[in-house]
Amino acid sequence: MVHIMEKKNKQQAKEEQYLLEVKGLKKYFDVSEGWLKKEKQYLKAVDDIDFYVKQGETLGIVGESGCGKSTTGNLIMQLLDKTEGEILFEGVDLSTLKGEALRKKRAEIQMIFQDPFSSLNPRMRVFEIIAEPLRTHQAAKGKKLENQVYELMEVVGLDRSYARRYPHEFSGGQRQRIGIARALALKPKLIICDEPVSALDVSIQSQILNLMAKLQKDFQLTYIFIAHGLPAVKHISDRVAVMYLGKIVEITTKEKLFHQPFHPYTEGLLSAVPIPDPTLREQKHRIILEGDMPSPANPPSGCRFHTRCPYAQEQCKGEEPKLIEEKPDHFVACHFPLKEGHGVLIDQ
Amino acid sequence: MTEALLEIKDLKTYFHTENGVVPSVDGVSFSIKKGETIAVVGESGSGKSVTSLSIMGLVGSPGKIVGGEVLFEGKDLTAISKRDMRKLRGNDIAMIFQEPLTSLNPLFTVGNQISESIKLHQNASKEQAKVKSIEMLRKVGIPRPEKVYSSYPHLLSGGMRQRVMIAMALSCNPKLLIADEPTTALDVTIQAQILQLMRNLIHENDTSILLITHDLGVVAEMVDTVIVMYAGHVVEYTDVYTLFKEPKHPYTKGLLDSTPKIHELKDELQSIEGTVPTPGSITQGCRFQTRCPLASGKCFTEDPELKEIAQNHKVRCWLHEEGEVAI
Ligand SMILES: Nc1ncnc2c1ncn2[C@@H]1O[C@H](COP(=O)(O)OP(=O)(O)OP(=O)(O)O)[C@@H](O)[C@H]1O
Ligand SMILES: Nc1ncnc2c1ncn2[C@@H]1O[C@H](COP(=O)(O)OP(=O)(O)O)[C@@H](O)[C@H]1O
Ligand code: SF4
Ligand code: SF4
Ligand SMILES: [Mg+2]
Ligand SMILES: [Mg+2]
Repeated sequence: MVHIMEKKNKQQAKEEQYLLEVKGLKKYFDVSEGWLKKEKQYLKAVDDIDFYVKQGETLGIVGESGCGKSTTGNLIMQLLDKTEGEILFEGVDLSTLKGEALRKKRAEIQMIFQDPFSSLNPRMRVFEIIAEPLRTHQAAKGKKLENQVYELMEVVGLDRSYARRYPHEFSGGQRQRIGIARALALKPKLIICDEPVSALDVSIQSQILNLMAKLQKDFQLTYIFIAHGLPAVKHISDRVAVMYLGKIVEITTKEKLFHQPFHPYTEGLLSAVPIPDPTLREQKHRIILEGDMPSPANPPSGCRFHTRCPYAQEQCKGEEPKLIEEKPDHFVACHFPLKEGHGVLIDQ
Repeated sequence: MTEALLEIKDLKTYFHTENGVVPSVDGVSFSIKKGETIAVVGESGSGKSVTSLSIMGLVGSPGKIVGGEVLFEGKDLTAISKRDMRKLRGNDIAMIFQEPLTSLNPLFTVGNQISESIKLHQNASKEQAKVKSIEMLRKVGIPRPEKVYSSYPHLLSGGMRQRVMIAMALSCNPKLLIADEPTTALDVTIQAQILQLMRNLIHENDTSILLITHDLGVVAEMVDTVIVMYAGHVVEYTDVYTLFKEPKHPYTKGLLDSTPKIHELKDELQSIEGTVPTPGSITQGCRFQTRCPLASGKCFTEDPELKEIAQNHKVRCWLHEEGEVAI
């Protein structure tokens, strides 16, 4: 009895540290063709995922296009209604809040988008873009507002003299800085970054990644960092979740994931990344995943990865693996987790 | 040393826009040997695509080749007739692009398009062309090639479309294949499939490849020789091993340092300050001066030339002029 109580307390203590916790989250889009059709057809963009994000850390979410990363981000942002599940922010389910309480909590979660070209209103000047959230939440006005906007611009490395310009006058990297300043305006606790550097050149990507890392330190921010490739998340993440067809297939610390993946898809994804060192060409352990990504509207039975998995067995076709804690802090959804998965880290 | 298949000498391609002349490619020289795979790297706007379009004779208005030579097997392509150029394209020189959908006609089936090109360039009959097309589709790893033969391009996935483009490009055994960001639009596991396919093709045939990319990982895994471009200039030109081991140009170093090293545990990420200037906006001195951490004196007044600093290693930077200190 005591034993159980103790365990429960521990569990509680653990949960209290989580800034965000997602439980059994699902988003099914209705994609039935023709309104006469009786049989409803659903696209399971996000299908029963669980994860948590600790205060101050960065959780990377990676996976190839269409696997449900943005949908996950949009659900947390309340830009989409969930089909099922819970999204607990500081222990509170956002969907139970209303009115002022909801508005307040909402302001604590902000988002940065991939496409710096379309995510900013082209008819607004930089000053207005950054000031807008401050105005709508009545966080500041007059001289105070002005000072805050200039301070935000400085923090993200934009010269004050740019305040009166329009977004089209800026490069991709600068636009992303504007987006970041806007996201920071209301002093959020959590920022969801949906592929914030994917559209940028490498030298600019690294500028933005370094800026984001610095801001995280300076303002104790927590990030969910979405990317389609592993290189972008490696630098900034503490833990990484890998998604495939609406499911999280593996989630663990960055070091563990890059060093020794348990899930065959993670292994294939790591192996697919070209390594910027020609001397490793011949040495590299190449696992080329065959075939195309199946459609999420009609995912394979059992383990959704079985059609491309080099290790698939009979059981995989019929039975869906659950995400389990295979080793401490290392979760994997596979019937036959890799014992010696090939990572990419090369001992120097 | 084997003779060059393609030799580009002092190529200049300028765009005449409302805001003045944009020297997108400004005195570019390099050569490709038979069987060699060469990469052109550089950030967006550095002139990679315009270089490849110039080789293919596909630069459209307001752009124009205003100087230099493009020697293919010794023949200057900038001087031959449009008709001869068309004959060469798709026959001796083939090209694949980033977004295959824009280069495949949506109104015709895949088979129709491949066999047309085979018929045109190889004087094959309809039947022969179909057989050859299906054989090519199979060769590039397309499952059920007969089915894909009669499909329309938009019904295929991005990876499949790129395979179709490669099949089409290779169907006439080109001597030179120009691939402009062939995998940039693809997911990484599909990119790995296409790169593997290209590696196999390089092994099997003696095709020379000009690969345009901004991904230094792809460069490291695929090519023999690298050309680094910046604002219309070649700034460094050497073999792939030397480039990664001993980069000499500050821009090359910056690019390498800002590339995430997925294989290293430590992850410092350097960046290059500022942004790529529009070609032509810097009229005096080195074009990299606005972003170069080492710029000084002469860099602001005189433009350095591309100099051979060691065998097969060329650099365009004042720091590497004879006698001056290495960085
Ligand atoms: N039709 C055009 N009119 C005016 N300028 C052009 C035109 N096409 C290209 N340019 C300019 O020429 C320069 C080089 O362009 P290019 O397309 O070769 O770049 P790139 O290196 O291929 O870049 P990316 O990585 O974005 O594909 C750029 O500054 C571009 O703006
Ligand atoms: N509004 C929508 N209606 C129907 N399907 C959608 C909608 N939004 C996203 N999807 C589908 O859900 C899946 C996951 O999409 P998304 O989360 O955007 O993927 P990712 O961000 O990982 O590329 C995709 O198959 C996508 O086409
Ligand atoms: S459950 Fe089976 S098919 Fe799925 S990843 Fe594991 S081994 Fe592969
Ligand atoms: S010439 Fe000067 S500015 Fe240009 S790259 Fe060399 S050091 Fe930098
Ligand atoms: Mg997305
Ligand atoms: Mg280009």
